[in-house]
Amino acid sequence: MSENAIGREIPDSIPGCEKLKPFQGAFANTPLVRQEKGNRNLPRLNKLLDTVEQAVLKTGLKDGMTISFHHHFRNGDKVVNMVMDVIANLGIKNLTLASSSLTTVHDELLPHIKNGVISRIITSGLRSKLGEHISAGIMDVPVLFHSHGGRARAVETGQIKIDVAFLGVPSSDVYGNANGFTGTSACGSLGYAIVDAKHASRVVLITDNLVEYPNTPFSIDQDLVDHIVVVDSVGDSSRIATGATRLTSNPKDLLIAQNAADVIAYSPYFEDGFSLQTGSGGASLATTRYLSDYMRRRGLTCSWALGGITSQIVKMHQEGLIKRMLDVQSFDLDAVNSIAVNPMHTEIDASYYANPLNKGCAVNKLNVVVLSALEIDTNFNVNVLTGSDGIIMGASGGHSDTAVGSGLSVVVAPLIRGRISSVVDRVLTVVTPGESVDILVTDRGIAINPRRKDLVDYFHGSKLPLYTIQELKERAERVAGTPEPIKFGDRIVGLVEYRDGTIIDVIRNIAD
Amino acid sequence: MKLRRTMLYVPGGNAAMVKDAHIYRSDAIMFDLEDSIAVNEKDSARLLVFHALRTLNYEGTETVVRINGLDSPYGRDDIKAMVNAGPDIIRLPKTETAQDIQDVEELIRQEEKAAGLEEGSIALMAAVESPLGILNAYQIATASSRLIGIAFGAEDYVTNMKTSRSRAGSEIFYARSALVTAARAAGIYALDTVFSDLNDEEGFVEEVRMAKQLGFDGKSIISPRQIRPVHDVFAPTEAEVEAALRVMRGIAEAKKRNMGVITVDGKMVDKPMVDRAERIIEMAKASGQRIPEEELHV
Amino acid sequence: MKITKKGIAGTLESSDVLVTVSPPVEPGVTIELESIVKKQFGNRIIAVVNEVLEGLGIKDVHVSLQDKGALDCTVRARLEAAAYRAAGISQLQWRR
Repeated sequence: MSENAIGREIPDSIPGCEKLKPFQGAFANTPLVRQEKGNRNLPRLNKLLDTVEQAVLKTGLKDGMTISFHHHFRNGDKVVNMVMDVIANLGIKNLTLASSSLTTVHDELLPHIKNGVISRIITSGLRSKLGEHISAGIMDVPVLFHSHGGRARAVETGQIKIDVAFLGVPSSDVYGNANGFTGTSACGSLGYAIVDAKHASRVVLITDNLVEYPNTPFSIDQDLVDHIVVVDSVGDSSRIATGATRLTSNPKDLLIAQNAADVIAYSPYFEDGFSLQTGSGGASLATTRYLSDYMRRRGLTCSWALGGITSQIVKMHQEGLIKRMLDVQSFDLDAVNSIAVNPMHTEIDASYYANPLNKGCAVNKLNVVVLSALEIDTNFNVNVLTGSDGIIMGASGGHSDTAVGSGLSVVVAPLIRGRISSVVDRVLTVVTPGESVDILVTDRGIAINPRRKDLVDYFHGSKLPLYTIQELKERAERVAGTPEPIKFGDRIVGLVEYRDGTIIDVIRNIAD
Repeated sequence: MKLRRTMLYVPGGNAAMVKDAHIYRSDAIMFDLEDSIAVNEKDSARLLVFHALRTLNYEGTETVVRINGLDSPYGRDDIKAMVNAGPDIIRLPKTETAQDIQDVEELIRQEEKAAGLEEGSIALMAAVESPLGILNAYQIATASSRLIGIAFGAEDYVTNMKTSRSRAGSEIFYARSALVTAARAAGIYALDTVFSDLNDEEGFVEEVRMAKQLGFDGKSIISPRQIRPVHDVFAPTEAEVEAALRVMRGIAEAKKRNMGVITVDGKMVDKPMVDRAERIIEMAKASGQRIPEEELHV
Repeated sequence: MKITKKGIAGTLESSDVLVTVSPPVEPGVTIELESIVKKQFGNRIIAVVNEVLEGLGIKDVHVSLQDKGALDCTVRARLEAAAYRAAGISQLQWRR
């Protein structure tokens, strides 16, 4: 028995209870909280730092650690380059860069790779010069390409151990409550950032918009955040979210979209209350336009849409054709504005979206998905990562997640791009295995995966231009000629990880 | 029954469009060597269309080439080249008299002979684009057994008429009617003029409906986006198809029972009615509508 | 056929090829090929060029191509147009 700081008698221990610690004073055991009442100017907990450099130093970032970023700012991102420049200046080396994806603005990372600041990259996609150089073999360790769901799985299981997450956010308060839909750099959903914030050892928020406390509603909650830095700009707003994702006017893409809508409308999945996801560009997005026509004509609606949410989806919702939206990434201002105010438009994180090993992810409930492809082979394996010349120029993204989760996966592509057939004997890089791909829709014909006997039977006798995938390949070759194969070297520059963590394919360097 | 609901206009100097034009599934594609080709590119476009026609498989889409007129330095070479390239139809622009047709036909015939090709292997079409041409429509329409259709070109016509195009189209009403009348009298196809405002989808459909009502078989179109709307307008409605099938069933019954005259839906069934019914069923089939097989055997 | 001046035909648009036919610097045929599908179709394009030149009876020439994915028939058409322009010939042989 002893007396505590307030003069009460507290036993040292009681059988059946843990060891008892006596009270030592209101401020004694909570060092991070205000230590003195009455001083109104002292913040209770100061997470704010003046510069990115201070933040890097405070996190204790060292050689060999793993850092992460999200790609919600798309081609308007300034955060990755800004932070990497600071890190390089501090002389830190051999970092693993785990950015959920990398875009055309990240060519500036090349010097950091050459100088050994970055020795490993884990990402969903690479483009532009970064992709070209990595394909040429500038990195010793292969890049690990994951799907969106796969990244969430890897982060949650600790396969990717993020030491420091540098998360650009369009708004944050002094405690780190952040959301993606307020401020000039608004990007909508922070789905990829949230997963990092939940699992990184240290979280640094970088914002250009410090708002008053509490920044509600918040997507990243204050409890996850260690440091906050305010900078002039986290992104180029004109490139983060364009006004509205415009529908293509390219007649070939429109033709493919019409064909895809015809297929979906004919399929048994086109019933009242079905759920839908489409890609964000070209033919896959334009499919929404023709599907909407069918939906109006037949008086049926989607109960929910998943995405990748664009203004097209938001418009369909506003028209009453889609009831709810689950959003892991908002592609344009209409989507951003919608997520900010509409309770039927809900932000979800990448794990909720597509992690195959959690207690149930959204793609599992998806009925129809429309996806694009760079190449597809006669086994229906799809390549969305390397171009026909073998160079890395795309992203794995949610492709393999949605293809397998959905009831009907429709891949759209022009049969021939310029002179290159999209249908080949063997894709250069497998991202999505053919077992999960159901129908290929091109501008010159449609092929149903023979593994889906139910669909083959169902579509039999329809007036749609159905061919075997072999026939489509031959049609392409008759027009374009037979290409010579691409020559690769024997160095592996990329590993393609399937959503479950296994390696589905490798990418070799281009022989030049 | 050959459908010519849509004839998609393809500039003959555009390599991408020339090779792909048929994927949009218009009934016909028209490679243009005339107005869309600059004077210093006539030779190159001619070669492009020549090689495309000889090499590529247009998968059943009817191929048409609009050559330059014989009053230009290019017409003769166009004819020589195209007879050897083998499109289905050669289309002559700005036709004003029957003689225009006969002159072209003679040159085609000579080239067919010289190249050892079967005479008559290439058909003809005439575009009528002037007041004189409209007045001569019937003579033009009957000028050659190769001539399978006449098309109306409103732009040049309206300029010649010293007026301008209007949405309602009263300034070309007579010309349209005259052209269709001439085509019907001659037993050949009639194609309506192009609609250039691609953003006015409603206006386009209205015009197509009007053209169909006037009796046109189809329309010249300038963009793949215009194809489906035209095919939809020309597609018989379910009600029309049902009515046509009733006529055909009535005929079949009458044959079985050796009846001479029958009535269907309260009307006496005469030959014109049967012809119309057959045309509707053909159009329905061609538009992709499903006609139960038993119905087709009468 | 003799090439007496420079002849150009085609465009840099997608699926087309810009062909320049010029009098040769040295005897024989020299071909310069730039192509967006050089790895896959480079050899094929050169074969088509040689075929066309042989058919036209052209033995001494410099041909340069900037290809944007043109099909064989387009390569032939543009090359012939450039060659005829370079030779100053307007009467073509169409019966093949």
